[in-house]
Amino acid sequence: MLAELGLAALWLCAALAVLQLVGGALAQRDGSGELAALVRPAAIVQGVLAMFAFLMLLWVFAITDLSVKLVATNSHSMKPLIFKLSGAWGNHEGSMLLWVTVMAMAGGLIALVEKRLPEKTMQATLAAQGFVALGFYAFLILSSNPFERLPLPAVEGQGLNPLLQDIGLAFHPPTLYFGYVGLSVAFSFAVGALLTRQVTPEFARVMRPWVLGAWVFLTLGITAGSYWAYYELGWGGWWFWDPVENASLMPWLAATALLHSASVLAARDALRTWTIMLGVVAFSMSMVGTFLVRSGILTSVHAFAVDPERGSFILMLLTLYIGGALAVFAVRAGSIAEGTRFKAWSREGALVFNNVMLSAILGIVLLGTLYPLLTEAFDVRVSVGPPYFNPVGAIFTIPMLLVMGVGPLLRWRGDSWERLKWPIITISAIIAVVGLLVLVFGDVTVLPLLGLAIAAGLAIAAFLPLRGRNLRRVPIATWGMVIAHFGIAVSLFGMASETAFTQEKLAAVSPGGSEQVGDWNIKLESVDPVAGPNWTALEARLFVSRGSEKPALVTPQARNFWAPPQQTTESALLTRWDGQFYAVLGDQAEDGRWQLRLWWKPFVTLIWYGGLLIALGGVFAIIGRVRSDLRRRAGEEDNEGNSPEWEQA
Amino acid sequence: MKRLLILLAVLFAMPVLAQQSLPPAPLAYQQLDDPGQEAAAQELMETLRCLKCQSQSIADSDAPMAGDMRHQVRSRIQAGENPEAIRQWLVERYGDYVSYDPKVSSTTWPLFAVPLALFALVGLVLWRRMGKRSEEGDAS
Repeated sequence: MLAELGLAALWLCAALAVLQLVGGALAQRDGSGELAALVRPAAIVQGVLAMFAFLMLLWVFAITDLSVKLVATNSHSMKPLIFKLSGAWGNHEGSMLLWVTVMAMAGGLIALVEKRLPEKTMQATLAAQGFVALGFYAFLILSSNPFERLPLPAVEGQGLNPLLQDIGLAFHPPTLYFGYVGLSVAFSFAVGALLTRQVTPEFARVMRPWVLGAWVFLTLGITAGSYWAYYELGWGGWWFWDPVENASLMPWLAATALLHSASVLAARDALRTWTIMLGVVAFSMSMVGTFLVRSGILTSVHAFAVDPERGSFILMLLTLYIGGALAVFAVRAGSIAEGTRFKAWSREGALVFNNVMLSAILGIVLLGTLYPLLTEAFDVRVSVGPPYFNPVGAIFTIPMLLVMGVGPLLRWRGDSWERLKWPIITISAIIAVVGLLVLVFGDVTVLPLLGLAIAAGLAIAAFLPLRGRNLRRVPIATWGMVIAHFGIAVSLFGMASETAFTQEKLAAVSPGGSEQVGDWNIKLESVDPVAGPNWTALEARLFVSRGSEKPALVTPQARNFWAPPQQTTESALLTRWDGQFYAVLGDQAEDGRWQLRLWWKPFVTLIWYGGLLIALGGVFAIIGRVRSDLRRRAGEEDNEGNSPEWEQA
Repeated sequence: MKRLLILLAVLFAMPVLAQQSLPPAPLAYQQLDDPGQEAAAQELMETLRCLKCQSQSIADSDAPMAGDMRHQVRSRIQAGENPEAIRQWLVERYGDYVSYDPKVSSTTWPLFAVPLALFALVGLVLWRRMGKRSEEGDAS
């Protein structure tokens, strides 16, 4: 019954999306069609109904209704409740429903509160939103119905992949989806603005919180995903250039470029077509990401060809959305008037430079991700991995990072070399000195060396925009920028340090024996069996210490899940301010000794702290922008044309 | 007859069981004594694909095959072989797919041509846009 209600809600949502699309489109032709007044209410109701459908899905998972096919194939009555719920979106159909639910809710929200843009632009925006959502509803209803019943209820569910039974991973996909959806909203705004030729600073301000929000979620999603891979896969790697990771990185790169471009448009009324273009690209990348992850093409191109229904459906949507958007862009871009001009040596110039660099990096990642799929279709299998991505990406990343250090110090429109001579010399000197120190005292390859040096320079450079200012009067958005740029430096330092200085020890140890890695002493006390709600495990008790420190207990496990049967290693971490100690328990050898994998990873945690700082900077930027937008609008009412310095940051 | 079939089934199953209980090769989970050699082996292992996993190098995998390949790499490094020669040997056995470090060839040239073209394009775009903007910016 509940499942059928959910399905009915989905059909209604699809109908409302059609109404939104037709009403919004008609409004473009004759100004105010009769349906035009229905566009906003349709979007709101659609949001509510989609939420209802998703709640129904959560409900059937919560009560483990085994007559629903999706529950039977992905859940199990013995699972902890939290993983029953997260199982609702830990599969293909459920995650697609989550995608479209979040999107519909976002559409409902803008229909409810966004009153700044001309009504016609809003209707075009909501029409675009309806168009995108409609494709997903069709996909769900026609080929991925999450509410499908089994002819006979299953006796027991098949369970959820144990690797996914982890609190971090339970919330990882939704985080990325929020990001993707945010970009879809930005895309709809871009299409709306393009259709009505209203590419104005106001449009950029309306779009910006969505881009920033999407960017914050993507940043968090990537950070969490990286940390998950690090502790769950049990080998201490934090980035594999895996296509699934790239699928989240590419929208992030595009969103980063887009939010900077939108800032220029909002502040200076420049980069109009460029902003629209990036809006289209960012959404395209999130669709490419969804396609890569959801179509099954990654396991094998041939598997995709054997069961092509879902994959080709997503591919069709992808072509339709991107092709459609590019077509509108091609037709309309020429009629968008060029924005305000600026000199090369200016804030805008630096931002354009970095946007071009980000786009180039995006191009490299896209190429390296798709090329193996392309050749596989012709039965030639190649692998593209870190030895390719790292150096080729660095060609564009290094100039970008250097310009990032200087850009925020430049004035809008144009600046003089004289004014910035000393900051630039200071930053360069820090980079040179740190680079030399690492070169002399460490045995480090070239990329980590550059990473450490540039990170040190950027960490200082990030705070230079605050120099000589009254800190209490610095706008919140500027703090956001400072924090996010500092976060980049922090994260970069962590990556370079982990790559350069990690120490590894693989050892066979008998209970009572000890080992050493770096400065750490490790004593294996015992290996004991333990049990959890749906697994049993062997747990090693390790006492680790450094110098005269009191030994700390760490307990890596080798777990055996029974539904479905699978073995996982649960690594154990010991965090110190200057890095992490990482231990994994392996198999027992014939002579009774246990395999241990031990690492000391200096400053590795900075990778994820940096990611969190970047996201925090984004949150500050949203708060600052929304607040000053509100204040500005309030100010406009009693004092027309008064433009305070809020936008200067 | 039925008993014979069962006996046959058990006999055929034996090699499978034997293979699964085989202990990992000695150097799969054991480092080389010489730190220089171990570092060279580690560097190579990080750029070789685990053929049984999805997107993991043999340095990051618990799969038995990855263990065997680690053993191969370490023992060959220990015997004094050049890392690139080992890579070549593995590529001959398993194809280009095993190496994460694509080399320019008739099938991989776009991977290198496109970034070069991109670099040229980026240079061109920046030079033209910035150059033009500067002049007109000065004039206005």
